[in-house]
Amino acid sequence: MLKKLTRSSLLVACAAAVTMLVPAQSALAATELTVYTAVEAEDLARYAETFNQDHPDIEIKWVRDSTGIVTAKLLAEKNNPQADVIWGLAATSLLLMKSEGMLEPYKPKGVEKLDKKFVDKGAVPTWVGMDAWVASVCYNTVEAAKHGLEPPKTWRDLLKPMYKGHLIMPNPNSSGTGFLDVSSWLQMFGKKSGGWEFMDRLHKNIARYTHSGSKPCKLAAAGEIPIGISFAFRGAKSKAQGAPLEIIVPAEGVGWDMEATAIVAGTSKLEAARTLVDWSITRKANEMYNTGYAVVAMPGVAKPVEHFPPNLLEKMIDNDFEWAANNRKAILAEWLKRYDSKSEAK
Amino acid sequence: MNQASPIELPAAPLADAPLIKPKTSKDDRIMVGFILMISLYLLITLAFPLYAMLSKSFSTFSFDLTNFEFQVNSGDGWSAAVSADSLNRELGKYTADDLATSSDGRLGVTDFFPDFSFRSPTLYRIRQIQLDSSFLFGSERVADTEWHEYGSNDFRRVVIRPSSSTGLANYRSYFSTPALFRSIENSLLIAAISTIITVSLAFGFAYALNRSTMRFKGIFRLIAMIPILVPSLLPGIALVYLFGNQGMIRGLLFGESIYGPIGIVMGSVFFTFPHALIIITTALGISDARLYEAAIALRASRWKTFWTVTIPSARYGLISAAFVVFNLVITDFGLPKVIGGQYNMLAVDIYKQVIGQQNFEMGAVVSVVLLIPALFAFSIDRFVQKKQVASVSARSVPYEPKPHRQFDWICLGYCSAVAIFIVGLIAVCQYAALIKFWPYNLSLGLSNYNFEVMDGGGWDSYWNSIQLAFYTAIVGTLVVFTGSYMVEKINGFATTRSAFQFLAMMPMAIPGMVLGLAYIFFFNDPANPLNSIYATMGILVICTVTHFYTVSHLTAVTALKQMDREFEAVAASLKQPFHRLFSRVTVPVCLPSILDISIYLFVNAMTTVSAVIFLYSPDTTLASVAVLNMDDAGDVAPAAAMGMMIFYTNVIARLLHLFITRKVVRTTQAWRKL
Repeated sequence: MLKKLTRSSLLVACAAAVTMLVPAQSALAATELTVYTAVEAEDLARYAETFNQDHPDIEIKWVRDSTGIVTAKLLAEKNNPQADVIWGLAATSLLLMKSEGMLEPYKPKGVEKLDKKFVDKGAVPTWVGMDAWVASVCYNTVEAAKHGLEPPKTWRDLLKPMYKGHLIMPNPNSSGTGFLDVSSWLQMFGKKSGGWEFMDRLHKNIARYTHSGSKPCKLAAAGEIPIGISFAFRGAKSKAQGAPLEIIVPAEGVGWDMEATAIVAGTSKLEAARTLVDWSITRKANEMYNTGYAVVAMPGVAKPVEHFPPNLLEKMIDNDFEWAANNRKAILAEWLKRYDSKSEAK
Repeated sequence: MNQASPIELPAAPLADAPLIKPKTSKDDRIMVGFILMISLYLLITLAFPLYAMLSKSFSTFSFDLTNFEFQVNSGDGWSAAVSADSLNRELGKYTADDLATSSDGRLGVTDFFPDFSFRSPTLYRIRQIQLDSSFLFGSERVADTEWHEYGSNDFRRVVIRPSSSTGLANYRSYFSTPALFRSIENSLLIAAISTIITVSLAFGFAYALNRSTMRFKGIFRLIAMIPILVPSLLPGIALVYLFGNQGMIRGLLFGESIYGPIGIVMGSVFFTFPHALIIITTALGISDARLYEAAIALRASRWKTFWTVTIPSARYGLISAAFVVFNLVITDFGLPKVIGGQYNMLAVDIYKQVIGQQNFEMGAVVSVVLLIPALFAFSIDRFVQKKQVASVSARSVPYEPKPHRQFDWICLGYCSAVAIFIVGLIAVCQYAALIKFWPYNLSLGLSNYNFEVMDGGGWDSYWNSIQLAFYTAIVGTLVVFTGSYMVEKINGFATTRSAFQFLAMMPMAIPGMVLGLAYIFFFNDPANPLNSIYATMGILVICTVTHFYTVSHLTAVTALKQMDREFEAVAASLKQPFHRLFSRVTVPVCLPSILDISIYLFVNAMTTVSAVIFLYSPDTTLASVAVLNMDDAGDVAPAAAMGMMIFYTNVIARLLHLFITRKVVRTTQAWRKL
């Protein structure tokens, strides 16, 4: 008797479970998108929430890590992709994937409203930009004063002997920020020789190269070293935390990369992926990016962000991403040859 | 399991004696089954991944110029198709070595046309002959065999992509890049210097503990073990706070930079000290008091006795300690990453190649290079340890130190200095973790413990680490102890056993970085049926168990060797199956050692970085990796805070272990006191 009872109650429970599941699925038809990203951890929840205000039927499953690791992960999964969409990864990385044929070309609705700089130049774009990530110099006024330094105004100022040992920058071989610095110097000062001559002289002043791009600015903020070549976003954050920093935008112009969005080729959820990409370039999305980034893809949206240098947009160079991507390997090899082997062996 | 046949008999039995084949019992066959299962485990988690890595290091990419053809039209019609290879031969532009590249290589095509000008009206055509490579127009991938036509201004945007093959090209390019191969020299040098310093310091410490009657020996023993409880990169963080440009006592470096060899050596000494101390203490502990009595009788001076008795009797311990330390330093990744500055070391190079440049092939090459010194140090250590066992004789009398006022004071002073170094570094970390914003806001608070807003995975990574440590301790102890029991207590099957012994010893020689990278190649292959464990907690547990397999295995074997084989004989004669003996007798008797193995695995799973750095996924971030990533992002104080969380967790685990062991000893080991 007892056995029978338990069996029938089990049946009822099963039936209940099924009836509860079915309407839930059909009413919402929630599609789950696996989204790879390198956006700062603290921003992710807000991004998903804002998106879900307009599209409650698409659920985002974030997979987040630093740019280098996400890129390595995507490339490692090339033959067996796990991601549906990439939302918030450096355009340089996306170009790498594009040339491997890993991205699905798609022209999102309203793409013509974006600044052309922020859209892939292909006939049907494979990626669209969100916001820019601009190189800057973080200058610790307290420590600099102790060493009697003057604030540099240009990149070339940094070559002055007084900065010797007081400069730090990311290693382009491990940091995307490091690479955008190097590629911008090559583009500004001469790809064949001018850029390298500049770096040869800069190298003499550099105390050491860090692995990550945000570390130079954080080290400058902590006074470990007076001047860190990093990016503006990081500097503004440290400044907000109370670090005695000045964020300097060198007069010659600054390199930049953008966070961008793309659909992974072969995704089984193309419809939902397109919806997300369409949304990611709307005005609302751009306003959302603007809370952290001073430069966003849609012109006229950006309001000044606290502690950001005001003239950032004008100083952004006309970055040739295609050139940078196609010459990346050669540039890094040359850099390694010139500067990494000189590890001061004593 | 077909091998389960009795094959090992003396090659030449007594002449004419009838050949007696011992029967294999059902128990024996079951045990062989177990051994084969655990061997299979080690093959899958160790041998196959290493093989995958080795083959990756031979997987090369080069530009196959014979596969691309051009046609040119300078206004007078299309020229005949000419291959890039023949153009290159004419121009003598690239050698075979120049054409070797990585998976991400690109080669511009305009260099094949010396009179190329992007302003000229000339038209160009390019096509591939076979489908095994591709070229890019801008970033657009072209992978067909059609002709594609471009104006000269567009033609400069065409780059060709490499095709893959196998060969030694990766090794050639490694050894022709000074920035890379110089790391070998750096790594060897740092490891050698650290070894000399650590072994000398540890010898002094062990000598004081064994040969003096100073006070506080127990406390010194405890303090000396602290470094085992923290990730190797934590001393690096402490050193930055002490000797960095804003350091508390940076003046002591006289202007030298802590970022580089000095920092790596200081940190290495810190984290390898307990490992050396354990080995040397054991070596000094077994020395024979009769030799010292003889020395006194012969009126040898203390100095002479030291060099003719103490050092020779401890020599195997010293050598073994030296190679263990050498191995630890050369394979360590966390410390040089944190404080190495521009000083390149092999283990960090692997990381830079894989994470920085996504050049997996070169990562595999550096791994193979790193394997060589590690394997070498390991084999010498094994060789020496075997000798040491033989040197202890049953008639030895343990040495009892006698009070000697002056000597005891010197020992106390020396040990205090070392203890201050160890405790000091840990205290600095804790202090750093509590300061709000070094050096501008020295007020204390817990803001650095707000891990949610930093890289590294937040508090989740801490809980993940604890999970990993638990699983590793449980699964690891189970696998290791069962394996060692089978191999120790089985009858016959010598080949199977020695093959298993060899597999069980291997993990110690494999650097964590190398193991982790090998796992990517093996488990991330979609063709691998075990692919589904990739990016789960499972792969982290397996990797950690395998990484720390050897020491656990040796502990278990030592414990089991203490148990007479008569137990098995008695059990067999009473017709008891081996599993009953195992659960009723063997496990209870060996319980203290089993607990030792689990705490060893727990602590190491909490602190390991190198083995898991390539394997964690966004859902399984770990505390030790978070320390590294937060430091990498410049959040040094939170990194110290997380490091200290690991330390306290390990302290608690150790205390628990001590408590449980005491209880267990009381309930299961009372017979020992009889």
